[in-house]
Amino acid sequence: MRRLFPHPYLTIALVVLWMLLVNRLALGSLVMALILGTAIPLITARWWPGTPPVARPMALIGYIALVIWDVIIANIQVAKIVLFMPTSQIKSAWITVPLDLTSPEAITLLAGTITMTPGTLTADIASDGKSLLIHSLHAPDPDAIRDDIKARYETRLKRIFDE
Amino acid sequence: MILEVLISATLIIGGAFALIGSYGLLRLKDPFQRLHAPTKGSTLGVGAVLLASALAHLSRGQGASWHEILVTLFIFLTAPLTALFLARVHLHRAAPRRDLPAPATSTRWASADLTLENPQPERESL
Repeated sequence: MRRLFPHPYLTIALVVLWMLLVNRLALGSLVMALILGTAIPLITARWWPGTPPVARPMALIGYIALVIWDVIIANIQVAKIVLFMPTSQIKSAWITVPLDLTSPEAITLLAGTITMTPGTLTADIASDGKSLLIHSLHAPDPDAIRDDIKARYETRLKRIFDE
Repeated sequence: MILEVLISATLIIGGAFALIGSYGLLRLKDPFQRLHAPTKGSTLGVGAVLLASALAHLSRGQGASWHEILVTLFIFLTAPLTALFLARVHLHRAAPRRDLPAPATSTRWASADLTLENPQPERESL
């Protein structure tokens, strides 16, 4: 089983992706999806040495919902700043966020989340991979933003990836 | 009828957010501020237009269309990467690096380790 499906999550993702692309529920499409979902992980297995260490997939769904909600709020906040705040009053700041996460997958997810959510943008990672460089559009209190990112996203990711 | 109003409303909201995102490009001062407007401002714009598209599919009795979910997924995958690449290019080319805070434990940011085509003098005080 393990040899036929080296990456079960990738297989599931590919099957779902194919069914969404086809856009209708037919048996033929499902067979094609399963063939692709089996073949692609097998062929590419050598470039995926480890499985992503997702310990709690259900918590990941909750996390995605939280991020989508935050993205909507982020859009409205950024729109307000763009439209109404005088450019001289926009206080941009660089923020260093020290990381407790260690796995590359978790750090990537955190960096992506930071870019998509309120007024913050991941610009770089430290060369030892233990902190992220973040640019904030409007940060009257940079420390609060750092603490907020760590509390709101990093603790959840730590639980999902079991670190 | 109600559905049509809903579709029109989401289309207008989407267009408005896309417009605000582009306006942000014009209005904000430096390149890093400008990155914020399109990465976020237009995500909701595209999202609202996609929602309108999904609703329109439903209203015509063609059943649910799943392509909108796929487009959303791909935007969430690509938007942060595009922003990251633009940010790092700018860190290389123009931004005064002495403004940057130091990393928590290491002494350098990763993009400072990359070699440039035209090497610049070492900056010890990153």
